[in-house]
Amino acid sequence: MEIDPFIFRLSIFILSIFVGYYVVWSVTPSLHTPLMSVTNAISSVIIVGAIIASLAGNSNQVFDTASIFGYLAIILAAVNIFGGFLVTQRMLAMYKKKKKDK
Amino acid sequence: MSANLLAIFYLISGVLFILALRGLSSPETSRQGNLYGIIGMIIAISVTVISVGNFSIGFVYLIIFLIAGGTLGAFIAFKIPMTAMPELVAGFHSLVGLAAVFVAISAFLNPEIFNLGYPGDIKIASLIEMSLGAAIGAITFTGSIIAFLKLRGIMSGSPITFVGQHFLNLALGLLLIGLVFYLCKTQSESLFWSLIVISFLVGILLIIPIGGADMPVVISMLNSYSGWAAAGIGFTLENTALIITGALVGSSGAILSYIMCKGMNRSFFNVILGGWGATDETSIKKSSEQKPVKSGNADDAAFLMKNASSVIIVPGYGMAVAQAQHALKEMVDSLKKNGVKVSYAIHPVAGRMPGHMNVLLAEANVPYDEVFELEDINNDFANCDVAYVIGANDVTNPVAKTDPQSPIYGMPILDVEKSKSVLFVKRSLSPGYAGIDNDLFYRENTLMLFADAKKMTEEITKSL
Repeated sequence: MEIDPFIFRLSIFILSIFVGYYVVWSVTPSLHTPLMSVTNAISSVIIVGAIIASLAGNSNQVFDTASIFGYLAIILAAVNIFGGFLVTQRMLAMYKKKKKDK
Repeated sequence: MSANLLAIFYLISGVLFILALRGLSSPETSRQGNLYGIIGMIIAISVTVISVGNFSIGFVYLIIFLIAGGTLGAFIAFKIPMTAMPELVAGFHSLVGLAAVFVAISAFLNPEIFNLGYPGDIKIASLIEMSLGAAIGAITFTGSIIAFLKLRGIMSGSPITFVGQHFLNLALGLLLIGLVFYLCKTQSESLFWSLIVISFLVGILLIIPIGGADMPVVISMLNSYSGWAAAGIGFTLENTALIITGALVGSSGAILSYIMCKGMNRSFFNVILGGWGATDETSIKKSSEQKPVKSGNADDAAFLMKNASSVIIVPGYGMAVAQAQHALKEMVDSLKKNGVKVSYAIHPVAGRMPGHMNVLLAEANVPYDEVFELEDINNDFANCDVAYVIGANDVTNPVAKTDPQSPIYGMPILDVEKSKSVLFVKRSLSPGYAGIDNDLFYRENTLMLFADAKKMTEEITKSL
């Protein structure tokens, strides 16, 4: 009897929820805003789907309906990735200055 | 690149994302965590591009769009004032949501490239997964747009409710389930589009009844949704990095929502099902007529604080609105020169998003070891000479402990009233977002400072 690959993915998913649960509870409350901006940035890893959607299609035609949506998603995710990581960096840098002052 | 190697790389980025969140357990490790996150993202994007292996003109467009979006994102990230963080995060959530919708659409239109079957004959499991991803993504998109508009003040922060709202939402929810069911049966494209349109509508309807003060819950909730949407797409694309990330973000947002709800002593459903302020206004107004209030000016405040041995600052959303954090830091610096011990007390729901006040204080160079959470500092109010409340209101209202009739009864509050004297900076006596009168205004030991938070703080600094 073989196990459906879906079950493996489901296992990864469930275990990741638990990992997320314990990791996020250990985040200090003063960093909750950077937590939100960084989760925002990493959830934009959805860009991998967008890349496949826009590049893996029919090679004679760069823009068909499916790939246009892929490209649009790439732009959105790119805004988020750069914006999310950089704004997190900017915030975290502020927490750094304090240490030096002391 | 073999599929196995690709999966290993996705696993590595997933682990790096976990480390990125783990880093946030302390400010010292957080920057390294962020770096892990960035590396994880670079790995995920690079291996995907390599595995697709299409370096034709499409690849050029990919780079162009990546740079275009990236430049815009970077520009926003550097320009945005820290006070506007809640709007920014809401805006970013909407982008993730919409991106998930777009990816789901292209997977539906061209399932072959994702190995999901053929148009009109998509695997049922994939169809369910992509419908979930698209629906949650669409809800996240419009919901975040509404949250953004409310936070920006473009849309009124007061809850919008109408008769039958909950039934309408319930009906639409059931309709969505029905649509997914028939979509699997018929594979009809129009059903897929209706699914997305109705989800857009649900997103709007879910957020409009929620009031301004509940925004911390809303933002956390949308954060969670954007994660679940990503996970849904991850299942569709059979992509481990997306599944892990989606689960992480989903549970992160859920925990933040829980913390925020607990900070208000309300259940999650209570927040979702409708706003404060709209509920009990009539019963509240009658009690608040003409009670004596003591008010003072900057000199009085400066005198009180200079002669105090310890001062606790209680910042709230008003501080963000007035951009008073830098002025506040200056005031505290001159207090410290006078030998006054100063600390900051932050309520979990102060501001419009989790951790909002901490970031603003960090921006103003306040050392993070002077900033305390509610549980850690609440006992200190009894021994403190002056509490300086700047821009906070409901979170200091003693009614939460004394009046079971009050809508905020049971909410944990900062015990500001226990300090020897309270300086309350506020523009007027108007009630806070909860729409209830603050008992603290009329206490013997309270001195009201009617002014803009920033101006008042600057004036106090001058007279110190």
